[in-house]
Amino acid sequence: MTELIKRTAADTAAAIASGEVSAVEVAQAHLDRIDAVDKKVNAFLHVDTEGALSAARAVDEKRAKGEKLGPLAGVPLALKDVFTTKGVPTTCGSKILEGWIPPYDATLTTRLKDAGVVILGKTNMDEFAMGSSTENSAYGPTGNPWDLSRIPGGSGGGSAAALAAYQAPLAIGTDTGGSIRQPGAVTGTVGVKPTYGAVSRYGLIAFSSSLDQGGPCARTVLDTALLHEAIAGYDPLDSTSINAPVPAVVEAAKRGEVRGMRIGVVKEFAGEGYQAGVMQRFNESVELLRELGAEIVEVSCPSFTLALPAYYLIAPSEASSNLARFDAMRYGLRVGDDGTRSAEDVTALTREAGFGAEVKRRIILGTYALSSGYYDAYYGSAQKVRTLISRDFDAAFAGVDVLISPTTPTTAFPIGERADDPMAMYLADLCTIPSNLAGNAAMSLPCGLAPEDNLPVGLQIIAPAMADDRLYRVGGAVEAALNDKWGHPLLEEAPAL
Amino acid sequence: MPGITREEVAHLARLSRLELQAEELDHFAEQLDVIIGAVARVSEVAGQDVPPTSHPLPLTNVMRADVVRPSLTPEQALSGAPAVEEQRFRVPQILGEG
Repeated sequence: MTELIKRTAADTAAAIASGEVSAVEVAQAHLDRIDAVDKKVNAFLHVDTEGALSAARAVDEKRAKGEKLGPLAGVPLALKDVFTTKGVPTTCGSKILEGWIPPYDATLTTRLKDAGVVILGKTNMDEFAMGSSTENSAYGPTGNPWDLSRIPGGSGGGSAAALAAYQAPLAIGTDTGGSIRQPGAVTGTVGVKPTYGAVSRYGLIAFSSSLDQGGPCARTVLDTALLHEAIAGYDPLDSTSINAPVPAVVEAAKRGEVRGMRIGVVKEFAGEGYQAGVMQRFNESVELLRELGAEIVEVSCPSFTLALPAYYLIAPSEASSNLARFDAMRYGLRVGDDGTRSAEDVTALTREAGFGAEVKRRIILGTYALSSGYYDAYYGSAQKVRTLISRDFDAAFAGVDVLISPTTPTTAFPIGERADDPMAMYLADLCTIPSNLAGNAAMSLPCGLAPEDNLPVGLQIIAPAMADDRLYRVGGAVEAALNDKWGHPLLEEAPAL
Repeated sequence: MPGITREEVAHLARLSRLELQAEELDHFAEQLDVIIGAVARVSEVAGQDVPPTSHPLPLTNVMRADVVRPSLTPEQALSGAPAVEEQRFRVPQILGEG
């Protein structure tokens, strides 16, 4: 019998449904694991032991009554602390929300609960999801389970680390510029940024509303698909929710074959700044896809070179507006209210005390980009770049079914290396940002270890909007072929914690 | 395009309601100058006749039916407030009397 914490979500759900194990036993095994390793990893900001066990008991009772269980009933999950959870602390990695207990559930939280998923707790993240290393959390960095002195990616480093450390078989992330895919890549796990609008943003604490997208993370492509299906779908509470059927992602993950597909390699995602071992594993993946029967085509997307600058104008601009809600009046921290100070002064003192450096930098940058005199040159131009990037994608997808690239230019870097060098940090999202600007769908899955440092490399697959199923079809094929070649999943090679 | 000065950063911080410390201001001014220098590349396209994209979805004015639905109780809505008085948010003075 495989140790409970090492099983896939699909196997765990089947074992619970058949009565081989109870949901409470599964939950307890994961809570014990968190207890044993999280002092080292720091993946969780809050562990909801009572809530998890009570959700697990509900699943066991349902089964005892002979009621039908959903495909993920009883499976434990680590939830990024950016989604609200009624009665359970939600901080978004910030001091400004320390101690806040949301009075409502995000739609995503509700869907997980309705599916019988057992939410173990809330995971660490860069403050307000701004970062690529989880070092911007106000509650300390998270370690990468492959090497605890290295970053687990960000902003969803806690969710990715929880998967790689076998603290949970499923996790939720959000991806504004790569915050699901980049942590997935550097921890050897799978993450998907669904098509923009596919997963409700109601109850997702907003960073950049036109880019933010919640999505599934797991250790296998099929588990990721099962979670995708559980959380995606129209929500009238989110005005940007897509009112259309969710693509058949589970079926696609199970099918997992690429014969006859046309796959484009983006020419611009290579060259200076790309680690040799990352390119080596990527090029091997391209050859693998060719062997599996796909036709490989080189494509050019010239505007992608402007994606990073455009993103660092658009995202901070939207953030400067979104984060104005943290005004010390209705919820969260309040500092300096001594009876003599004005509301304006109290707001400014509170925001100074409650926000970390990266959040402040981005608020100031966004305020600058939106100010009169600079608006056209900066924000206006960035919006034009966004159009050009979408056109590049449209042209590429006219000739290919999906695009592929490395997910990140390098493997996990040491904690501290880029912490006070914003531009170096921003480069981690070079390959992931274009999909956020265009709103299409993208996946990262492990494609090997870089020979020079033995750290995981991610393969990115990009599909047109609303064709999320293609990610799973290609991802399923690559995963099966690589597991065959290695004789085991990549994570088996991670050192014991 | 010109860089950003310390005075400009101080002004933007005030507009953003951030009471920055002096040394923070020095550090941010330096970093923001580098960041703005890098992102200014987008102005390459400023003269091009390209429509702007503000959002990935072609949606405008999404409305819901004007019907009453469940909402938070006053107690729930006030549950996270730093200060409360008679079922209202209690805030510091806003009009400068005092």
